[in-house]
Amino acid sequence: MTTPVLSVRNLRVEFPTRRGTLTAIDEVSFDIAPGEILGVVGESGAGKSITGSAVIGLIEPPGRIAGGEVYLRGERIDRLSGEAMRKIRGKRIGMVFQDPLTSLNPLYRIGEQLIETIKTHTTLSESGARKKALALLTEVGIPAPDTRIDNYPHQFSGGMRQRVVLALALAAEPELVIADEPTTALDVSVQAQIIALLKRLCRQHGAAVMLITHDMGVIAETADRVAVMYAGRIAEVGPVRDVIKAPLHPYTKGLMGSIPSLTGESDRLVQIPGTMPRLTAIPSGCAFHPRCPRCFVPCATFRPELQAEQTSQVACWLYHPYPVTAGIAS
Amino acid sequence: MRAPSAPTPGLRERLHRAWDSDVAWSFRHSPVAIAAALVAAILLLGAVLAPWIAPQNAFDAASLNLMEGFTRPGELSAAGHVFLLGTDDQGRDVFSAILYGSRVSLLVGLASVAFSIAIGVTLGLAAGYLGGRTGAVIMRIADIQLSFPAILIALLVFGVARGLIAPQYHERAAIVVLIIAIGLSNWAAYARTVRGSTLIEKNKDYVMSARVMGRSAFSIMGQHVLPNVMGPVLVIATINLALAIIAESTLSFLGVGVPPTQPSLGTLIRVGQQFLFSGEWWILLYPALDLVLLALSINLLGDWLRDALNPKLR
Amino acid sequence: MIAYLLRSLAQAIVVMLAVALIAFSMFRFVGDPVANMVGQEASVTERQELAQRLGLNDPFPMQFAHFVRGAAQGEFGMSYRQGRPVRDLLIERAPATLELAVLSSAFALVLGIVLGVYTAIHRRGILANAVMSLSLLGVSLPSFLIGIGLIYLFAVELHWLPSFGRGDVVSLGGWTTGLLTESGRKSLIMPTLTLGFFQLTLIMRLVRAEMLEALRTDYVKFARARGIPERAISFRHALRNTMIPVVTIAGLQFGSVIAFAIVTETVFQWPGLGSLFIQSVQFVDIPVMAAYLMFVALVFVIVNLGVDVLYFALDPRLRGATTAPAR
Repeated sequence: MTTPVLSVRNLRVEFPTRRGTLTAIDEVSFDIAPGEILGVVGESGAGKSITGSAVIGLIEPPGRIAGGEVYLRGERIDRLSGEAMRKIRGKRIGMVFQDPLTSLNPLYRIGEQLIETIKTHTTLSESGARKKALALLTEVGIPAPDTRIDNYPHQFSGGMRQRVVLALALAAEPELVIADEPTTALDVSVQAQIIALLKRLCRQHGAAVMLITHDMGVIAETADRVAVMYAGRIAEVGPVRDVIKAPLHPYTKGLMGSIPSLTGESDRLVQIPGTMPRLTAIPSGCAFHPRCPRCFVPCATFRPELQAEQTSQVACWLYHPYPVTAGIAS
Repeated sequence: MRAPSAPTPGLRERLHRAWDSDVAWSFRHSPVAIAAALVAAILLLGAVLAPWIAPQNAFDAASLNLMEGFTRPGELSAAGHVFLLGTDDQGRDVFSAILYGSRVSLLVGLASVAFSIAIGVTLGLAAGYLGGRTGAVIMRIADIQLSFPAILIALLVFGVARGLIAPQYHERAAIVVLIIAIGLSNWAAYARTVRGSTLIEKNKDYVMSARVMGRSAFSIMGQHVLPNVMGPVLVIATINLALAIIAESTLSFLGVGVPPTQPSLGTLIRVGQQFLFSGEWWILLYPALDLVLLALSINLLGDWLRDALNPKLR
Repeated sequence: MIAYLLRSLAQAIVVMLAVALIAFSMFRFVGDPVANMVGQEASVTERQELAQRLGLNDPFPMQFAHFVRGAAQGEFGMSYRQGRPVRDLLIERAPATLELAVLSSAFALVLGIVLGVYTAIHRRGILANAVMSLSLLGVSLPSFLIGIGLIYLFAVELHWLPSFGRGDVVSLGGWTTGLLTESGRKSLIMPTLTLGFFQLTLIMRLVRAEMLEALRTDYVKFARARGIPERAISFRHALRNTMIPVVTIAGLQFGSVIAFAIVTETVFQWPGLGSLFIQSVQFVDIPVMAAYLMFVALVFVIVNLGVDVLYFALDPRLRGATTAPAR
């Protein structure tokens, strides 16, 4: 059993606000094996991006990691000093954000930004770094890299910019790449290209990927395993095929049912009644219970933990022995 | 009187809601804002109640005794009175002078801000609603006002008005002219904000339907745009108030502000400056202190208000 | 690029003409030019002759054109109060004001940027908060009080610096400067500080706000995610992006500095255009007022043009045609 590249245990992130402490993610646990692509999926506000930011140590104050551990290849990284964490960023964990236009500094040529990154993590000289930058640009599919390396970000189209961003994220050969909604800001036609590129590059460089998105279709195409998040918690984690074909958690079932399918089933699209609760008003017990069609005795009072079930893990009382207390009103 | 469309909440409930609101919460938890509000309130009260609480009517020449001139603060004068903050060269009680002076300063300040708001909001509504060339021209003028220093605009208006008004009316018109001059130099910020909000609201459905029902555009804009815009306008107004007070005092200090018969804090400072170098420091210091405290407390309140109303800062 | 500059130039000319219109209107309609130039005993025919000579009976556009032509050559007629050509007064007093304005702007810019960057980076430090509090005080202190305070401290109490005037100045061609003599330099210190103080607080707060904004952007977030050291992020990424709005606004402020000099010059009895202008307002000396207005507008317009050019140099997004986006 090889050490997972990333191992997250009971991670909790809190934000102190004027009206009290907000818990953005609560007891989140999952692993990513070397070279594996884990999709993290859920609605807006479910906590996916926060999880990614927490792993790479970029939660903005006053938010903070309030509990749990993050292990990178077995070493604990969530308690590292600022400088130690900085060395890990880029070199061992890379991150790609949603909007390639705002991710690049508009005043510097992309060559300068690439060389800056390369020189931060290697001992290459200026010319050596430039050669490597050119190689990276070729690898991500930028045509005529010798001229384009001296262009400014605004001189590229959206898809090309995201390729540049990928080149920047991979420049120092990280073991794990966190991609936070990498295609949401792109044209539909370009999205598929970028996802395919991401997958190919990571396979080639041997990097694992944490792919955060709300688009189930992308997950189905690209990921090996998927984690479904709801209201800051993980509802279900498992191999992609299994989670899609045979979802365990009622929320996952609802998600799958709401995706239009081209394979002929002419059922109506199922909508999950209600909306995901705001972080200030998370229901007691299982966060999904007010909307759950299968809600029963323990759900309103006791919070289910992630436990193994067949090939996946699921946090639902339907699958595990549940506690009983006397005198519960239904 | 408009017919209520839903039961209006009682006064008690309204106060309760206001107390609980975000803004009030932020106020209660900001010691700086509370302190600033307190200071400003004291100074304001002093100015408003001046005729009743000032020991002396500072600007009635008949009540002055030259022999009492240059008395130091707290010491006995030649005629046997004690003056809290001393007297000036003419025997005028500095404390009373400050109370009356701040009265004038605040009057000019508040009136000019009201004037600026009136012009700015109206022009902003017009520019946003009418759009097209008129709107563009109005905004261009606003840009020019913003880039020209307020003091220059105020001085020009003042100078021109002086030239246009016959000399015998100069003194009586001075305060009004001053208010207009300062008001004209500070309206653009309001116009910009209001225009922005108007542009947003203009295209909303309820505006269309109200027009179909025959309501005048201006009344619609007034009823719906104005509440949205109150917050930012209030922030701009507080900061502008401090600026207006400083502008007035600067103009009075320069000799082109309020007439000598109605001195403001700026005039008092101008007078006090002469005596600073001969050692009677209190004639300058107390008016100066009053002015700075006034401006500072208003600025602090304005800063706090801006942060409290800013949705981006949690 | 040429189109951009031409457009700026065209705008500049429009602004100057608009200001000229205002100045001219003042000239023509405020007070009576004839009455101001002749004595009380002048007869009606003499006044009519003067009016004819001054072109006061010509149609408005013609008078305006005449005015503009004169203004372009610096010709504004005679000062009502001093009886001397306004042009001479301008030339005599401009160097004093310009020298003061340039020095105080430079002071405000340099110190403002340094303090602004410091307080942005060390957001929660004690020193930073102290500086911010002082800056708030600076906005609440009218500049004449600062001037008076400085005079009291350094001239009256400590006798280190002179309390008024320019000291000894050296003539260089048409220009007079105080920088070449010791008394001149000493005389420059307090007025420069007074005039620059408000500017300083403005620029400092602006730089701080812009830096904080820049430090919140996505490209800074991405740079951090790539492990770029914090120092490089502050100076290479954030500061560089901050410079554009800062330079723009600071530049535009220069015109205001010329106007604010009015107060400083009055406090320090500085023989510049500002004190000249105040006198002209007190005595309704319209030609001087009009000339001053045109001068300030000219400075504004020139600085604006300069800022436009600078903007161009600093922001690559404005330069040249963007290459056709490749797929």
